[in-house]
Amino acid sequence: MNDTKLNRNFPRLRKQGLYDPWFEHDACGVGLVANIKGLKSHDMIAKGLEVLINLGHRGAAGADPDTGDGAGLLIQIPHEFFARETAKLGIDLPAPGNYAVATVFLPQDIEERKKCEDVIESTVRKEGYSFLGWRDVPTCPEAIGELAQGVMPAIRQFFVSPDSNNCDPVPFELRLYVIRRQIENVVSSLTLSEDEDFYICSLSSNTIVYKGLILAHQLEGFYCDLADQDMVSAFAMVHSRFSTNTLGSWRLAHPYRYVIHNGEINTLRGNMNWMAAREASLDSPILGPEIKKLLPVITSPTQSDTATFDNVLELLLASGRSLPHAMMMMIPEAWTDGIPMDEEKKAFYEYHSGLMEPWDGPALIIGTDGTKISAILDRNGLRPCRFLVTSDDVLVMASETGVLDIPDKDVKYKSRIQPGRMFLLDLNEQRLIPDEEIKAQLANQQPYKQWLNENKVILEDLPEPTDVHGPDFTTLSQRQAAFGYTLEDVNMVLTPMGENGSEPIGSMGNDAPLAVLSDQTPLLFWYFKQLFAQVSNPPLDAIREELVTSVETFIGSEGNLFDQTPLQSAQLKLKTPILTNAELEKIRSLNSGNLKAKTLSSVFRPTDGRGSLKNAIESLRKEAGDAVQQGHTILILSDRAADAEHAPIPSLLAVSSVHHHLIRQGTRTKVGLVVESGEPRDVGQFALLFGYGAGAINPYLAFETLAQVKLESTPTSSSLHDDTQKNYIKAVVKGVVKVMSKMGISTLQGYRGAQIFEAVGLNQEFVDEYFTWTPSRVGGIGIGEIEQESCRRHAAAYSERDIVGELDLAPGGLYYWRHNGEYHMWNPDTIASLQYAARANDTSSFEAFTSQANDYNRRLCTIRGLLEFKYSDKAIPIDEVEPAKEIVKRFATGAASLGSISREAHETMAVAMNRIGARSNTGEGGEDFRRYKPDPNGESRNSAMKQVASGRFGVTATYLANATDLQIKMAQGSKPGEGGQLPGHKVDEYIGWVRHSTPGVELISPPPHHDIYSIEDLAQLIHDLKNSNPEARVHVKLVAEAGVGTIAAGVSKGHGDVVLISGDSGGTGASPESSIKYAGLPWELGLAETQQVLVMNNLRSRIVVQTDGQIKTGRDVAIACLLGAEEFGMATAPLVVMGCIMLRKCHLNTCSVGIATQDPILRQKFTGQPEHVINYFFFIAEQLREIMARMGFRTINEMVGRVDRLDTTQAIDHWKARGLDFSALLHRPDVPESIATHFVPDHKQDHGIQHAIDNTIIERCADALQKGQPVKFTLNIGNQNRTLGTMLSNQVAKRYGEDGLPEDTIELDLRGSAGQSFAAFLSPGISFRLQGDANDYFCKGLSGGKVAIVPPDAATFTPEENTIVGNVGLYGATAGKVFIRGIAGERFCVRNSGAEAVVEGVGDHGCEYMTGGRVIVLGPTGRNFAAGMSGGEAYVLDEKGDFSSLCNTEMVALESVKSQEDRDSLHRLLSEHLSNTGSANAERVLSNWDAMLPKFVKIMPHDYKRALAENAKLPLSTDVSLDDFSR
Amino acid sequence: MGKPTGFIDFARVPLPKRAVPERVRDWQEFLLDWDPQEARHQAGRCMNCAVPMCHSYTGCPLGNIIPDWNDFVYEDQWDKALISLHSTNNFPEFTGRICPAPCEAACIVGRPRHYTDHVEADDPVTIEYIEKSIADRGWQEGWIKPEPPLVRTGKSVAVVGSGPAGMAAAQQLNRTGHWVTVYERSEYIGGLLRLGIPDFKLEKEVVQRRVDQMEAEGVKFEANTDVGKDFDANDLLDQYDAVCLTGGSTQARDLPVPGRELDGVHFAMEYLTQQNRVNSGYEVDSGIRINAKGKRVVILGGGDTGADCLGTAHRQGAEEVYQFEIMPEPPADRAGNNPWPQWPLVLRSSSAHEEGGVRDYNIVTTNLTGSNGTVKKLHGSSVSWNNGQPEPVPGTEFEMDADLVLLAMGFLHPEHGGMLEQLDLDLDQRGNVLVDDEMRTSVARVFSAGDMSRGQSLVVWAIAEGRDVARCIDQYLMGVTSLRPVLRRPVRPQQAGHVWK
Repeated sequence: MNDTKLNRNFPRLRKQGLYDPWFEHDACGVGLVANIKGLKSHDMIAKGLEVLINLGHRGAAGADPDTGDGAGLLIQIPHEFFARETAKLGIDLPAPGNYAVATVFLPQDIEERKKCEDVIESTVRKEGYSFLGWRDVPTCPEAIGELAQGVMPAIRQFFVSPDSNNCDPVPFELRLYVIRRQIENVVSSLTLSEDEDFYICSLSSNTIVYKGLILAHQLEGFYCDLADQDMVSAFAMVHSRFSTNTLGSWRLAHPYRYVIHNGEINTLRGNMNWMAAREASLDSPILGPEIKKLLPVITSPTQSDTATFDNVLELLLASGRSLPHAMMMMIPEAWTDGIPMDEEKKAFYEYHSGLMEPWDGPALIIGTDGTKISAILDRNGLRPCRFLVTSDDVLVMASETGVLDIPDKDVKYKSRIQPGRMFLLDLNEQRLIPDEEIKAQLANQQPYKQWLNENKVILEDLPEPTDVHGPDFTTLSQRQAAFGYTLEDVNMVLTPMGENGSEPIGSMGNDAPLAVLSDQTPLLFWYFKQLFAQVSNPPLDAIREELVTSVETFIGSEGNLFDQTPLQSAQLKLKTPILTNAELEKIRSLNSGNLKAKTLSSVFRPTDGRGSLKNAIESLRKEAGDAVQQGHTILILSDRAADAEHAPIPSLLAVSSVHHHLIRQGTRTKVGLVVESGEPRDVGQFALLFGYGAGAINPYLAFETLAQVKLESTPTSSSLHDDTQKNYIKAVVKGVVKVMSKMGISTLQGYRGAQIFEAVGLNQEFVDEYFTWTPSRVGGIGIGEIEQESCRRHAAAYSERDIVGELDLAPGGLYYWRHNGEYHMWNPDTIASLQYAARANDTSSFEAFTSQANDYNRRLCTIRGLLEFKYSDKAIPIDEVEPAKEIVKRFATGAASLGSISREAHETMAVAMNRIGARSNTGEGGEDFRRYKPDPNGESRNSAMKQVASGRFGVTATYLANATDLQIKMAQGSKPGEGGQLPGHKVDEYIGWVRHSTPGVELISPPPHHDIYSIEDLAQLIHDLKNSNPEARVHVKLVAEAGVGTIAAGVSKGHGDVVLISGDSGGTGASPESSIKYAGLPWELGLAETQQVLVMNNLRSRIVVQTDGQIKTGRDVAIACLLGAEEFGMATAPLVVMGCIMLRKCHLNTCSVGIATQDPILRQKFTGQPEHVINYFFFIAEQLREIMARMGFRTINEMVGRVDRLDTTQAIDHWKARGLDFSALLHRPDVPESIATHFVPDHKQDHGIQHAIDNTIIERCADALQKGQPVKFTLNIGNQNRTLGTMLSNQVAKRYGEDGLPEDTIELDLRGSAGQSFAAFLSPGISFRLQGDANDYFCKGLSGGKVAIVPPDAATFTPEENTIVGNVGLYGATAGKVFIRGIAGERFCVRNSGAEAVVEGVGDHGCEYMTGGRVIVLGPTGRNFAAGMSGGEAYVLDEKGDFSSLCNTEMVALESVKSQEDRDSLHRLLSEHLSNTGSANAERVLSNWDAMLPKFVKIMPHDYKRALAENAKLPLSTDVSLDDFSR
Repeated sequence: MGKPTGFIDFARVPLPKRAVPERVRDWQEFLLDWDPQEARHQAGRCMNCAVPMCHSYTGCPLGNIIPDWNDFVYEDQWDKALISLHSTNNFPEFTGRICPAPCEAACIVGRPRHYTDHVEADDPVTIEYIEKSIADRGWQEGWIKPEPPLVRTGKSVAVVGSGPAGMAAAQQLNRTGHWVTVYERSEYIGGLLRLGIPDFKLEKEVVQRRVDQMEAEGVKFEANTDVGKDFDANDLLDQYDAVCLTGGSTQARDLPVPGRELDGVHFAMEYLTQQNRVNSGYEVDSGIRINAKGKRVVILGGGDTGADCLGTAHRQGAEEVYQFEIMPEPPADRAGNNPWPQWPLVLRSSSAHEEGGVRDYNIVTTNLTGSNGTVKKLHGSSVSWNNGQPEPVPGTEFEMDADLVLLAMGFLHPEHGGMLEQLDLDLDQRGNVLVDDEMRTSVARVFSAGDMSRGQSLVVWAIAEGRDVARCIDQYLMGVTSLRPVLRRPVRPQQAGHVWK
């Protein structure tokens, strides 16, 4: 980067366009080196820096390869060093502990800097302390990147000490905290030109931080201090950052003052709000009124999650809690029912759950106060943390193993931190304190259990109320109408939930209008879209990993955070947050002690005219405030009073407006909010109410509706509605948990108030007032229109003339097209005309189709519909425009898997796309390998694009090798944050064979990729796939949501070749209706944001941007292009072309046109032909060319990102759309001309695979690869050698296909610590024997190779007791063998579908989602073994006899090993294990075979057993009879 | 959806019909009922499509929520099916009998499948017969009873013409609380339903019980009152807050050939209405009685009215019956440019065609000859079509015996004299009453609907128009309406009526 202009105006993180710095994420490598005995040395710092360098690949660089995202370290204060240095400056430093030192970033501008320094000095003095002086921190700016230099602050240190006559009752560290907050608050009021530049890295008498916008390896060179031999510390905490932006920020580097963090706080917005809400109640006996000086606790509303966490941790420490205590409060392990746990510890968690909601999300946090170092892992264990202790008492802990070169013989033991567990090094006690001991000690420091028993109130224990509302059928239909019920709500939402206890499933995508463009008076709920986890944090699997989720909540007053009193547990405990009418009455009658309920009526009088809603909210807020003052602790917001005179305040508005009002008043934590409303009915609505602060909800009208449905269908039934109501509540709770889990949030308490939503179509003023902090980026309607819509519903319900014969409820039509219902883009007109156009190649019919489709867009449905082209005065002749046959190459079809759709449909699309040089997509169902070769007639049925989704079905080395594009599906538009499911009835023999699974058994794709829990993991998978096929482009498919641009920037930095921004409206074969409707955003927003952020960060030219989501016409494509895409995907339209008529029955297997079905009879009804698909794509290309000609563009490249050629000035003819403001959407970042705004082939990603060790290996294996001759050699490796063996496997796959080479043709003897993704996709014929250890994701996608991992010969530890491989081993393995002499981490063999593995022990979630293969565990397993396991078999040597309590038996049975066949295979595998690893365990078992055999438990999936019994062909059997498919 | 695989598991079974030899001997309806199990199976064939073409613009104009009531029938909840059906259709027992069922033509189960070399289709759901079964069940069970409005608005509306459009408008307007008076020039209420459609398709009791229901609900019927003749149409404007004209398209297309004036040459409507009156016990003077008994009958016009004449003639005991159409014979299957779900222009046979008679196409009548002023022969020839014009084919001239010639060649527009003239209404190019989007005519407070403003059409369209005009009038009178729109399509693009080449 040599652009001087850029240097002067170095881009910074600033809100602009659709971008908000709030969206930034980071992920990281963390490390710790410590001397357990507390001995200080320079060596610790040197080792810390070495660890940092070896973690370098976990950090990232942006557009400037020399500018890192940040790195730093935290050490104890090296007194000798500072004494020496300050002496030179004439400062007389007191004894250690009697002074503090700060590292500060200051503005470079002399004047501004002086101002800041004055503030610092005067504040210190004002607080009664001595300011000892300044020291310039010597730095070497040449060591860092140009961009980093461009924004480098002045870096200085200052020294503070108590006066000699100091009698401050406040402890020194606490006073330093007060001082620092004072300084920060005053400086922030100075309005510096770059307020980013002022930052206090640390101010402590114990620790000091050195950090910056630096690459890991530059740290030492930049901070000259660090090389000084007097720089000594007993430990060094180090951190290397990978952020999603390239815009410089020095302050965002870790460590913060107390912690380093690898992970992400998903509940952050809620945590921040709750913390703000607590401030007024904070009361410290030590600080007294001075506590106000600490406020606001959270320094800046826009800082990072870690900085915020650090702020609150600091406050908790200030409250007198110990470091481990504070961390347990903030990141509690899973503790609810069903989890075996000591009573006292459970009481500890339960008590504290009433004080603070969890800070939920994947996290490894290492914190220190200078003498204690504590590390904690989130309850789900979604971050790796490996550690070892040496014989000379050095602890090395990091995200990876192998970060420090330690002789094998010096290793005392190796281990890892397990999910929810804590780790504590106490330098005073000079020892590591085990998890159980710390927690037992903390749990017993107060009689928490007794406090709870005496004070907490359990709902079930309250007396049965005498007066409970019953259903009132006479007024039901009117009230339903007033709350906007439609027939669909009754028939398609409530009834199925009441019958089945689960949310209704739908299929295909959402093609109804945005709420702001709908004429159907949509409820306020519909203006919100759920956010979801993608890339930077993983969603959870709330079903298979239910044990980490919890919906138990406390409501009531939580009291003063500085206290620990029995009264703080005087809250109401709810097992489930959905209240029956009787339960609500129990709460309503609470009126004593700490639990006093008050009901506030949330209705308004429409007859009061304009402003009546706003006024009603104001009085509701006032009443709420008064009620809190009067000591009420539970407020029930009730719209029961809605009737002919009173319209309900939209429940979401009621709860959120009161919630934010009380937060602003600082009294929110004194009350719980309960919603009694007739409005909520579907899952998305409940999620919204919780997300904006509701503690519990009584949906009384939904209950009454269910009662009526029940009464009508079974009028004689005596029990009115008990079952359906129970089922309904179950469905709601399950659904809400699923919504939470999409964001990776595991507890309802954490989700409450977390505001994980984006508004679309609400104006800023409205959002700021009632939904503060919710992103809303295109403006829209406000309170006036909301009032109008409420009044319209009310008027319709209470019309004075009730019309006889009309249905009481409107038909709805939101889910299914209905005459007079909501509009749908796919409707009878568009479907019919498109099908005819494509079949008959009839241009005029296609024009009819597009004018219908564009017209619907324009008037009623989409954002793009409201945009107009600015045509050029200088239109060009159409023959000067890029030819259609070139344009169609930029098109791709959607990722519909073989399985979700039929072979016929899947192959038709592939043939069509191959003929025109475009790309079809396998979807996530694998592919029949016979399609890789062209047919005799020259047609190719091979999908150019191969998808890699979380299920990894059929993802083998050969599959990967036969693609031009490899697509990582991070999310799917119709159900972002969720896994897929292919119902069992769609898994026929052929589909089962292709997917390596059992026919007839439902297939589950996990919600997350288990090898992507963070952005650096994604970079790793991109790297893996590039290795698996160096010629292919690697795509990352994202779904639009607020912040997707930032994720896309991370993808670009992680070396993705293509990023696909999917809209929310894409199709699906099966998905909960609330996901189809409530999650994700239109692609217009996501794409525009992506383009803006990529350009701002100069990351655009390296990556291709593709978009999809209900793109149908040439106009749609043109708009996508102008907004920033250069490739385009269409999925639903090609399906319609092939015959889809939007039955939305994909999930039922009854597709009557033979597309979304595997039923042989229905498949015969398929009539789609490649020509139809080709006709369609050419129609679009020609339309696009016409638009290009009129706009004066000759090529697509010229057109990409030209938002200046889009216009919104055309009057928007819709009463609600007038408030829309697209200026953010059409924002163009101000960057120099030299920064490309589209993909430039010369800039394409440097994947660095040319440096991979595989290149050498491939060279040395030439004889094997070319001639099939055996090759064997030895190689030393390190953790920087990632994805070892994968490029080699690609060579084998390309040459030898699925069968590969004969066993052991290539034998490698490896020594050292293997980097991540060791032996990924290893092909048959390759055998690795590794002496050492391996990191996460070893053997992912194993495709037939063989791997043995053993401890080094020199190791002194007992291999069977030590963790020698990381997490998520053998993910998606399809074949091969693995032998591990040691313990593996969490999720061993997740989604294995064919490999055999033997291991000495595994962590939590072993064999999760397995569908095939065989696993033997010769030792302990963690919890939740076999969750979601539908195939294959596992054997566990259960010597302790506790396995059954650790196994999730929902899908499997536990058996003894009886049959001879089983015995033989067990014996055979163990013998192989012994011969490959020398396992002592294996030897012990084999030599006592008869005695040991009964101790084995066989884990057998029910379905698998059934399939075997039915003589169904086994997966992977190669003789599945496959009729040759020909057209 | 009742049964996801119903469309595969069950075959289409139409309603059974009475045997031809039996039914041609009387005037009773030819349709019989299913046994209840069969009705459920037939309803279970509905796929509950997410985009149900059956009530799209090519399907049911009323927007009958067909999937909903099919589901109710499958679930054996006939009462709920009736409520759902009535919510969009005031008179399902009419459309269940005499509608050509565009819904079934658009039904997705019956969608043609175009393979490379051939086309296949499954049989659509028997929507119309399910509709009939629901309505009949409703009457049998006594579920259909007078539903007077809860509140009276005090406003009054005159409806002129008591055909399906007028009846639907009247019932809707009355149910929203307005006082409605229906004027009918004939002695029977019901318009074409009552006098035009033969009993074997729609027994008159079926119409009468609706009229009775409406009367009980408060609608006033003034039969034998010819507005514009008995009194000046403008008088209505003095007496009522709004006037709704639903007088139908009654000006029949004539046959301008020599011999037209001969006795024994009649418009179909003269013939059909007379027989209906006779069936109702009306004594027709033998001098004007049109009876096909023992005669050779020629019906000119190949449409439904022609078919009604055919069935009537057979029942009267005609010796031979011919039905000629000037247009070519429609194809048995859809033409390529007439794709699903458009209304299929194919050869249709009604129940009357099962009963005998000869149909022929491309035939033009050149003149009629007779003796004693009575027609005896019809002279005609074949035509070929050229640029939309029929041209007689030389050498194909023929003559045949004809004792009774019935003109069933459609209707041109409403009668312009009398009422329309007095009100001085603007007409459209085709001579129909001109209305705007709100169904207002050029004269304030006067609305029009049905064939009178739309031109000749189906009963189902008339009901739809009647419901819509009620909504427009209610909106006009009250400033607000809760009646749901019927024909106002979700954004009807200009191209909706696009004709594929």
